[in-house]
Order: sequence, then structure tokens, then C-alpha cells
Amino acid sequence: MTEHLKMDKIQPRLLDETGQGAITKPTPRPEGPLKVSGTARYAGEYKAENMAQGYLVRAGITKGTFKIDRDSVKDMPGFLGLFTDHMIRNSAQGTANTNPVQPGPQIQYLGQPIAVVVAETFEQARHIAHAVKVDYQREDDATPDFSTATNFKEQEKKSLSQGDLEQAMADAAFTVDATFTTSPHNSAAMEPHTALATWEGDKVTVRGSLQMLKYNQNELADSLGIPAENVRLLSHYIGGGFGSKLGIDAACVSAAVASRHLGRPVRVEMHRNNVFEAVVLRTPSRQRVRLAADKDGNLLGVGHENWQSNLPDETFSEPIDTATHFLYGGDSRTYATHVARLNRPASGSVRAPGEAIGMLALENAMDELAEAAGIDPIDLRVRNIPEVHPESGFQYSSRSLAQCLTEGADRFGWSDRKAPKERREGEWFVGMGVASAARTNILMESKARVTLNPDGTALVETDMTDIGTGTYSILSLIAAEMLGLPSDQVTVELGDTDLPHASGSGGSWGAASSGSAVFLGAKAIRRKIAERLGCDPDALRLQDGIATGGNVRRPISELLDGPVTEEGHIEPGKQEVTQAGFGAHFAEVAVNSVTGEVRVQRMLAVMAAGRILNEQTAQSQVWGGQIWGVGTALTEEIQHDHRTGHVVNNDLAEYHVPVNLDIGDLDVLFVDERDDYANPMQVKGIGELGISGAGAAITNAIYNACGVRVRDYPATPDKIFPHL
Amino acid sequence: MKPFDYVRATSHADAHDSAARIIAGGTNLLDLMKHEIETPTKLLDVTRLDMTEIEEAENSVRIGALVTNADLAADPLIRERYGVLSRALLAGATGQLRNKASTGGNLLQRTRCPYFYDTTQPCNKREPGSGCMAMEGRNRILAILGTSEHCIATHPSDMAVAMRLLDARIEIEKPGGEAQILTLDEFYKLPGDTPHEETALEAGDLIVAVHLPDAPKGAQMYRKVRDRSSYAFALVSCAAVVATDRGKITDAALAFGGLAPKPWRNTEMERLLIGEAPSEALFDKAADVLLEGAQSHGDNDFKIPLTRRVVKAVLGELTGATQ
Repeated sequence: MTEHLKMDKIQPRLLDETGQGAITKPTPRPEGPLKVSGTARYAGEYKAENMAQGYLVRAGITKGTFKIDRDSVKDMPGFLGLFTDHMIRNSAQGTANTNPVQPGPQIQYLGQPIAVVVAETFEQARHIAHAVKVDYQREDDATPDFSTATNFKEQEKKSLSQGDLEQAMADAAFTVDATFTTSPHNSAAMEPHTALATWEGDKVTVRGSLQMLKYNQNELADSLGIPAENVRLLSHYIGGGFGSKLGIDAACVSAAVASRHLGRPVRVEMHRNNVFEAVVLRTPSRQRVRLAADKDGNLLGVGHENWQSNLPDETFSEPIDTATHFLYGGDSRTYATHVARLNRPASGSVRAPGEAIGMLALENAMDELAEAAGIDPIDLRVRNIPEVHPESGFQYSSRSLAQCLTEGADRFGWSDRKAPKERREGEWFVGMGVASAARTNILMESKARVTLNPDGTALVETDMTDIGTGTYSILSLIAAEMLGLPSDQVTVELGDTDLPHASGSGGSWGAASSGSAVFLGAKAIRRKIAERLGCDPDALRLQDGIATGGNVRRPISELLDGPVTEEGHIEPGKQEVTQAGFGAHFAEVAVNSVTGEVRVQRMLAVMAAGRILNEQTAQSQVWGGQIWGVGTALTEEIQHDHRTGHVVNNDLAEYHVPVNLDIGDLDVLFVDERDDYANPMQVKGIGELGISGAGAAITNAIYNACGVRVRDYPATPDKIFPHL
Repeated sequence: MKPFDYVRATSHADAHDSAARIIAGGTNLLDLMKHEIETPTKLLDVTRLDMTEIEEAENSVRIGALVTNADLAADPLIRERYGVLSRALLAGATGQLRNKASTGGNLLQRTRCPYFYDTTQPCNKREPGSGCMAMEGRNRILAILGTSEHCIATHPSDMAVAMRLLDARIEIEKPGGEAQILTLDEFYKLPGDTPHEETALEAGDLIVAVHLPDAPKGAQMYRKVRDRSSYAFALVSCAAVVATDRGKITDAALAFGGLAPKPWRNTEMERLLIGEAPSEALFDKAADVLLEGAQSHGDNDFKIPLTRRVVKAVLGELTGATQ
């Protein structure tokens, strides 16, 4: 049986009625001990009998064609094969569901994977990949540089103009018209993309490191030209994704291709350099933000235009202005997105695509407006929270933004904030900054199978993934809560396309979507138990393996004569509301008056994301967002050579993600909230809400500390000290 | 990685194989081999040799070449007398790397110029005569002093900066067993027309120890400016020791990292300070001398003004001139 729900109307708050208590307390993730003891096995840790090893060959030119000379390496020790067929140019975009560009002999960026070398051992394969002779025909019309790019094209579907912003700017008492630039980013997940492919007849099984198996199955099948039912994907543990594993990658495709040719299992592990080139990166951006406000700081108009880049034939553009549409009021509104086609690695989704960089510009501009108008930045934000969506006129499904800002201000000690350069500790200027957080909330179709056994154990099965976010934990908690079991009695099986197809992990929709499917499957089981107990499902109470209903009380073991299995199926419905998670980020930073070095002393995130399913894993997600905020604001920058597009800092030594010492005290507070429009659990996504706005709080704090506005991210010392 | 033979030296006599590349901690060499920037056919592992002691001798301390960076930084004698060295070591790399990296190996780290690290790119240091992409490319971390038209690489070590400051001597055992003693200035070469020649080491040579003379008089400090709090190479670093007496600077030495192809020292700058009363104007003059002839290349333009600020702050703090 399938319990199906199309989420087009609000649902009762069942999780407020169930009494198990599984989701009301912080709970450690069940697979934690496996991970910290090294016994959780990731794709690259599997071996197959007679397995060969593949290594990707990188293109050494920016644009042109190539011929690769197999004979130049065929006699090298261990050589098994060199394959170029079906090779994909870059990873698929999230939810693409089809093959990425397969350019054949064309090279469109330096570092593009052009072939896979297969040998008996990894070191042999790597050595052969270095040795293989490649003849290049260079084309000299490459356009790799963003700052001098001229071939921008407006994405007209993404443009919008409402009212008259020019007039609003002219009429305003206070205006901001500022241009911001952000650097390309890499997801920099700890685990490199890896795949182990094994064929049996015309069916291939690939162990990969992938976020969205339902889509990845189709993407791989399409890339190989085989039916999707002949592809099975396994991805049980994933060492971070952040968008880089949304789509099928060159490791999966080349491992499958090589394995088919050789008739033996092949494992391809991306080198860290490949991870910086062959998977999607965050686009660089230039953003112009205009704000027009009356004498009291009420917004009259908002403009947010952006310029970004991608490879030819990629449909993705980063929705940089997403939050600007619904966060603050103002009648006159202008948006535009321009994309240049450049010869550098593909742009795609990286952690909170849109808000992660769009809110840097918007929330910095709000800080500048607060300064210009002489209004406290928190007051300015609160007074500009609109009644309804300023463009669609829709109500907000739930929105605790004002509460987050004001409660956060109290907790953070905002009233101690001083004017720039007024707080000095030795060589350091110290200051505070604030930014709103907002992240669109999304529900995706998702299925899960739930089984309750008479012995009081339960099983959840779905091809959902856990990319470190806590999926194993929250799905076990939801099933435990609904079925009245201790959560350690619930086993969760994930990451296998043979299981019911889930939403996958991305867009912060995983918990809400796959969790709702588990919720619905368990709800159907509750109905069966109620039937057997002879009570109305609404009157059923399940706790610690005991069912109570009406005036009957019986253990589950007596009610069930065998396992009960139900499938849950959630689909998004049509609802005329604006749905997003909201919050407030606070940061206190110290800026060195000699060198311009910035140290984040403490941060606070007050988050309102509906019902929180597990405060512990949710907190970890928000910590991760705050830390991304530090990286975005201060250190992370893909450096492209402007002549070749070459990612020069293509490893973790030179691409600076924050280190422990960069992170001060992180405080997280959740606002109790229910979003009835979101899903039957009233939860909203939390992961990416944690980054949205976080970096802006830091750069606003830099200004408050030392009086320097950094509009060119990241705020490295050289952008600060010359102004001190 | 190109296949290679691995041999373990069991005595100093074994350790002078001119056909072999010596490996100790391997924290840099293994990366270079994986990228095939270096392709030795034979690795000679010297880690079983007796070069792991820190010994006090008359007017000096002798540090065995195999003493790890972690052990050296934590050594009580080093901490007490040569605090600047301890602090420089701890400012470098990460805890894991410092546990493996040796004193001798640290001296021999190769540049982190990104073009040197990618074999698809030309690099005069890696392939003499192929060209330099860094000069007009991404050179944020690269050098402004001591460069040539062929190479603007920086030497990445923090430890070596403090050793240069402390007038350390490198003890090299020649293939015949005789000892050669070199200052760091003599040990490191500037790129000139031969950026691939980085040190005075010859085939078959083995670094066996580093000698530190008695600690100089005065207050010591190591200041490193970097893009993140740890595991980042210096944008500019400064090791300094300054002594003052009755309002005058009586002794001053400064060495710099992140600025040049080798740990950098300018004795003219030091002479200018000695005998003078500390003042902002004096420090500015010292910075003028240091930065005379400095040449930046775009991304690293900021290093010139940043170095001036660091020089003034370090001298201000060590002389007590900073309020």
C-alpha cells in the first residue's frame, strides 16, 4: 500500500500529538561511531575482485581539440586501457536527469577530463596518465577571464521590473548604489568523487559518491546510452557534497565505460585537482544593489542585478537575487541576470546557490543604508519586513524574522555595539555585524518504505542519501516518533537505487521531503494498528512499543502477526504562499590595525526553520553554515589565471577553507516554529539557511570594527590594511 | 608516480648516493613525486640514522637533521633561548605535518608557486627555459625581492626564516665524510638565470645538522601575516631580535619570509637601526632600505606596503616605541 500526499493544503500537526519524544531532544547520529572509527565505508574504500584502477587525464589547453596517442603508453607497466568514449565535460547539474555535455574531441577548459587511463594499480594509472602523449590543436579564441568578459547575455526570464526604481532613487531620502564582487568557490568536500563500476551482463552497478541517486541513475544511463533500469547506484556514506555531487560525475561515467571495455571492475578516484576543475564550481559574480528609502528608512525600491558566467551549453545560472525578491518591501523593484560564456570549469550549485552570495550583497547594502539613514541595522531590517510578498502579493507561510533579529540582538549583546574604530583592544579593532538569513524552502517528490516488525523494530528503506547532514538520524527519529519506538530500534537503509526513490540531498529539502515520505509510510502503519486495536487513528497513541487507543492498551508484539510494510509518497502541491526559512546572523570580529587580518571572535545564528527534527544534527548544520560564512567572507577564492582559466589553487593547501583556529565561539538558537504549508511535519530546510547571510554579518562587523567596507570578496588582508 | 627504488640507509656511509634522492619526512617530496614534478628513480631513506638529537655544545646548539619540527618547537632549550625559532616552527604547516617534517627537509622545501605545481604549465624552475606563467599571472603569494626575470618563486619555510635570523650554520656531510659548514645565505641560491638550482647542495651531500650560535641579546619575535590562521604560507613574515639600552637600539636583526626566493635579510637595514633612538621615522627609513628595488607583479603589489607596516609594527613592539 502507498500512502500518498500531494501537499496542496495544510495538514494536521500530528507530530505534536505523538508521545514518543524521539524528536524533541537532541540525539547523536546513529552512524557517528562508524564515521569517527573509520568503519563507515565510503566509495573509495570498496574493492572488487580483479579490480583495475582508473585515473583521469586532464586537458592541458584552454580551448581546442585533442588526439590522444594510446600507443605512446600501451607498453608501460600495468597498462590495461585508455578510453575517451562517452567522457563527460563536467558533472551534471542538480536534477538534470540527462547526460551532461559529452564533447568528444573538443576541449573547452583547462583541466577538462579527456580520457581515463586504466592500469592494474592506482600508481601505474597515474604515471601513465602523466606520460601519455596528447596532441592538441589549440584554438586561440578562448575567453577565460571574467573581469574582462564582454559576451554577457541577459537571461530575460529572470529579469523583472516593477514600479520605477530610477524614480524611487531620485525621490529617496537615503540611497545605496553599490557594486559587489564575489569569487568562484569550490565545494571542497573532504571526500573526492570516486566510483567503482562492475558489470554483470548488460547491467552496471556503480558505487559512487552522489547526492541524488534517482536523477543520477538517469544521468549515468543517458551518458552511457543504456536504459536506466540497467543502472544501479550505491552511495551509503558520502564525505560531504555541498552541491558538487548533485549530478553524475566523470569518475562514474569513465569507470562504467572502462569496466565495460575491460570486462572487469574499475575504480576511478578523482584527484583533488579534478575536484577543483571537473565538477561544478560556484560562479564568480558582480552584483549591483540599489536601495531607496524614505526619511524613516522605509524602502521605496530595491534593485539587484548580477553578472555571472558558465561554460557554453550549461543551462544553470545562479539565482543570486532569490532572497531579494521576498525579504524586504519597497514598491519599485528591478532584477536582471547576465551570463557570460567562458572557458573555465562549469558553474553550478554550491551550498545555498543564490542566497550564499546574493545575500552578501543585499545584506551589506542594508548595512550601508542603515549607516546612511542613521538607523540601527536591526531596526532598519525589522521595519522593512513586508506584510505580503512585495511582488506576488502572497502571504508568508511562516516567518519569524523579526523575532530572530530581536532575540538575537539580546542574546548577542548588540546594545554594546559601538561606532567604527571606537572599540580597540591592543592592535585590534573590534566590531559587531548583523545580517538577516533567508533561504527558499522547497519540497520535492519522495518515496520511502517503512516496515514495523512484531518485535518492536522497524526498517526504513529509500534511495535517499546522507551527505553528512544527518539523514540516517532524522529518518530514524521520524519513524520512531510515529511508530512509538525508541529510535535505536529503527534501522535506516539508504543510498541504493533499488529502494524507493527519494528526493535526494540538495536544496536543503532532504529532511522535509524524504522525512515526509517516511512520515506518511509510518502514518499508514499507524492506521493499520488502529484498525487492529479497534480505535480511531486520531485516538491512537504509540509509545515504547505499546499501543493505546480508546480504552485498550496492547503491546505491538500482540497486535502484529508479521511485519507490516507501507510506502509513503509525498509530492509538492500548488500553494499560493511564500515559503522560506528565516533567521538572523550576528558576528563579532577583530581586525588587525597593522595587517588587516580579520579574526572572527564569535558568531550567533538564530534560526527559524519550522519544527526542528533533531536539534543536535540541525545545530551541526548551522555550525557548518556559519563556518561557510567565515570562508566566504574571509578566505575562499578560486583563483583563475586570466589568460588560461587555469584554476591555479586547485588543492586544499592553497584553496583556503577556514581552519579550526579561524572559528571563534559559535552559538546557535532555534526559534520554535511550525510551517503548516511546508509538509505534514511542518519542517523547513535548515542546512543552507545557516550560510545565507552569515558572511555578510562578518563583513558588516569588519566595517563596524575598523570603518572599511569590503565589497570585493573575500576580505583578505590586502583589501583592508591599505584603508587603515 | 614514476616507479622508483627504495633504499634505507643504515649508516652514514650509505647516505651519500649521488644517484638517489634523500627522503626523511617526505611531507613535500611525496607530493612532488605524485605530481611528477620530481621523478627520482631511487629514494634513500635516512630516517634510521642518528641525527635526532638536540645537543648543547660550547657557544652553540646542534640540531640533528632528523629532529622533527614538532620536537624542535617543543624543546625546552629552544623555547628558552630561541623562542623566535619555536614560534616560527609553530606558525608553519599543521600539527600533522610538523610531526613528520624534519629539520633538514624543512630547509629543502620547494616553492608553492602554483605554476610550478602544475605540469601542464610552463615553469622555468621545473623545466628550465620553458617560461614563467607567474610573472604576469596569479602571483599573490610570490616574491618581490631577490627575483629574476625568470622566476619570482618564494621559499615557503617559516623555520628557515628564524634560522637565518639566528645566524644558523648548516652542517653538510660530503660523500668523502668531510664536513662543510654553510650559512643559510650561502646555502640558498637566488634564481638568476638558473631558477632550478636552489641550494649549494651537491650530489651525494647529506645535511646532518643545523648549528645555532648563542642566542643574540634582546627581545625576539616572529610575526606572520597570512590569509588564514594556520596552514597557510606567509604573505609576509618577520623574525626579529632587537636589543635596546638607554633609549638606543644596540642590536637589531630581522629576517623575512614570503618576500623572496630565500629567507631574506638585509644587513644594511640592520646597521641603520643600531645606535639610533627608536622612532617611526627611523623605522620608515629601515623599511625604505629593505624595500629598495622591490618589484611586485600585480597580485602581490600589496606586499610592499604590507611589509613596511610589519617592519614598523615589529620594531615598535620590540623597542617599546609603540604606545
